[in-house]
Amino acid sequence: MIPELGHFALIIGLAFALCLSIVPLIGVAQNNQQLINSARPLSFGLFLFVGISICLLAYSFTVDDFSVKYIAGHSNSLLPYYFKISAVWGGHEGSMLFWVFALTGWTFAVSIFSKQLEKEFVARVLAIMGMIAVGFILFTLLTSNPFERLLPNFPMEGRDLNPLLQDIGLIIHPPMLYMGYVGFSVAFAFAIAALMAGKMDAAWARWSRPWTVAAWSFLSVGIALGSWWAYYELGWGGWWFWDPVENVSFMPWLAGTALIHALAVTEQRNTFKHWTLLLAIFTFSLNLLGAFLVRSGVITSVHSFAVDPGRGMYLLVLLAIAVGGSLTLYAIRAANVSSPSRFTLYSRENAILIAMSILVTATVTILLGTLYPLIIDAMGMGKISVGAPYFNAVFIPMMIALFLFMGIGPLIRWKKARKGELSKHLNKISVFSVVFGAAWPFLFAGEFSFSAFVGMSLGCWIVLAVVKDIINNAKQADGSWKFSAVPLNHIGMAVAHAGIAVTVIGVTMVSTYEKEINVKMSPGESVNLSGYTIEFDGTKNVLGPNYSAIQGQINVSLDGEFVTLLTPEQRTYKVQSMGMTEAGIHTTLLRDIYVALGDPLGKDSWSMRLYYKPFIVWIWMGGFFMAIGGFLAILSKRYRKRVLLKEQKIQQANPSVLQEA
Amino acid sequence: MKSIIRFIPLILFILLGVLLYRGLFLNPQSMPSAMIGKPLPDFTLPRLQATNNEQVGRDDLKGDIVLLNVWATWCIQCKYEHPYLLNIARDSRIKLYGLNFTDERNAALSWLKQYQDPYVFSIFDEQGALGLDIGVFGAPETFVIDHTGIIRKRFAGPINDMVWKKEFLPLIEIIEAEMAEGTS
Repeated sequence: MIPELGHFALIIGLAFALCLSIVPLIGVAQNNQQLINSARPLSFGLFLFVGISICLLAYSFTVDDFSVKYIAGHSNSLLPYYFKISAVWGGHEGSMLFWVFALTGWTFAVSIFSKQLEKEFVARVLAIMGMIAVGFILFTLLTSNPFERLLPNFPMEGRDLNPLLQDIGLIIHPPMLYMGYVGFSVAFAFAIAALMAGKMDAAWARWSRPWTVAAWSFLSVGIALGSWWAYYELGWGGWWFWDPVENVSFMPWLAGTALIHALAVTEQRNTFKHWTLLLAIFTFSLNLLGAFLVRSGVITSVHSFAVDPGRGMYLLVLLAIAVGGSLTLYAIRAANVSSPSRFTLYSRENAILIAMSILVTATVTILLGTLYPLIIDAMGMGKISVGAPYFNAVFIPMMIALFLFMGIGPLIRWKKARKGELSKHLNKISVFSVVFGAAWPFLFAGEFSFSAFVGMSLGCWIVLAVVKDIINNAKQADGSWKFSAVPLNHIGMAVAHAGIAVTVIGVTMVSTYEKEINVKMSPGESVNLSGYTIEFDGTKNVLGPNYSAIQGQINVSLDGEFVTLLTPEQRTYKVQSMGMTEAGIHTTLLRDIYVALGDPLGKDSWSMRLYYKPFIVWIWMGGFFMAIGGFLAILSKRYRKRVLLKEQKIQQANPSVLQEA
Repeated sequence: MKSIIRFIPLILFILLGVLLYRGLFLNPQSMPSAMIGKPLPDFTLPRLQATNNEQVGRDDLKGDIVLLNVWATWCIQCKYEHPYLLNIARDSRIKLYGLNFTDERNAALSWLKQYQDPYVFSIFDEQGALGLDIGVFGAPETFVIDHTGIIRKRFAGPINDMVWKKEFLPLIEIIEAEMAEGTS
């Protein structure tokens, strides 16, 4: 009964979504206030019923209702309750429901936090969000219904959640990722609404900025968590594999990063409007394309969901309608968009323009690499594959160029840099960065390394540039310092940029100085790993809630002093009788010691993989810095109601004020 | 003129859409049917572990039922399936050979040292020549070659327990039955 109620709630949600996508638009067309005002309650109804639906699915998971096909396939009565709940998004059907839930959550949030905007505009935005919801709810109901029953002969026990997914990282990683993916639909809806209204001014960019930054922040955390999970859960010590599924999350992030910057320029300088519109559409399209690629089986990947051509066809039609429709709208309406560009070669606009171009090029390059096997196949030219060497070879040089401009962007003036200004700001920090980068390899390892030099110089360069920028902003006309005068959104930008630097430093250090050894160890034996003594003390048998495991006891010491006891495990999950390696990791800010148990090699001895990974935690810390930066920027006063109203009034009285902002 | 420019994104998207539509009807896990049922083409390539530039060919793949597994160190899915390959290498009915595909020799050798070597030996196909002949489009891929040297199956993607039981074991049993018929 409960699953049927959940199913029914989802259908009611669909009805709300249909109304939401039609009624407010009729209201706008007929200038009927009552219909326009209906957008908000309809958004609430949509959110409420989809929320009820997913709660009922989660409830069915907790009571082990294995008559539901999805639950029988992804849960087990022995599974701890927190994994039962996270199993809601552990498979294709449930994750689609979660996707829809996140989408309605964003829709509802837009309806609440948009009281200061024009009603007609909000009605349009919500209607477009409603259309997207219709598309995804229909997809869920028609092709991927998580409430489908296995009646009358249902199993007494579930097949269990894939052991790889029974992990804290998988409880929070997909929700963050989906919040990010879906969040970009808000930016998309704003762009389409602006195109429909033919009203593309700075105010529109300002409204959509916090939403876009929020989505981007979620996506940053989601990707960082995914990488972290792959690192500790797969047992191979790697953190990024250029796997198609990773690529489809990374492409919207890159495009979204470009979008944030385009929005900033559109808001502050009233230009780059075509960039903003197209990037909003592009980012959203990449999310849809990602869903299509991952869930249709067009490309192969470790993470692939169940393959079903019907789903692929549906998603392709959805993609065609959403992206084809919006690009057609753009082609027809964009002629009305005036986007005056009045800036010179040495200006912040130009620095951002170059950075955006690099980001878009990088996105397209990854897209090509991901689709290339498919292109060749579709043209009947055989079958090939593209691996990490391609991605590294094309992506790294582009990022180096990007990071150079990241340092210049915050320090240069809008419109036109004063003579000598740029060199005044940049001379010292560029010299310092190069010296720091050159000295670092000697200090750390005693010998020069080119990759470490480049990476550390760039990391240092990015950090110094934002520090210098904050100092410039805090400096008052009378020479005193006032850090409280620095606007919060500015601090947010600095933190996010510093986050990139932190990630760059982590990546550089790990890829230059990581050590890996593979040894056969018997109890009592020890080996040396980058100065650490790793001693194997034998194994123990341990029992988890739904698995049994052999646990290695490994003492790590440094110069005779005990550091930690690592307990890597070889687990056997009872239901799927699947083996799983659980690595033992000791993390500090400066390095990870990573031990994975290999195979038993005869009497008590084991093959073991030992890794020393300097600074690896910095890679993901950077992701969190970026997200914190994003959220700081959202909290900025400039997006609050009163400030907006005040500025709108000023703007009406004197339109030129905006140009100087 | 300017209005035409605005249609460029739309046109690009339509092209992409056509591609994706075609992609839906291509199964990346199935091989161009042309190679199935045909004998494995002959080749002369170095053995991966060889120190003296020793070459191997079709006839060196000894065994009644030969599994040829395409792998490379740049391929993460190969890492995923590797532990399982170690498992099936113990199956006495089959002989597992590796085709090291467009890879670097040193990297490949240290991989085998690190993660153990499930193969009788690996063919070192640096240029992807043999891969091209038999229609490899990526790694991992696994070919089943029967006792008469005919390619019976190609599977793209990592092998795990489920895949092994569903895709490979039935075919192995069929080939065994054919072998029994042939000798009786």
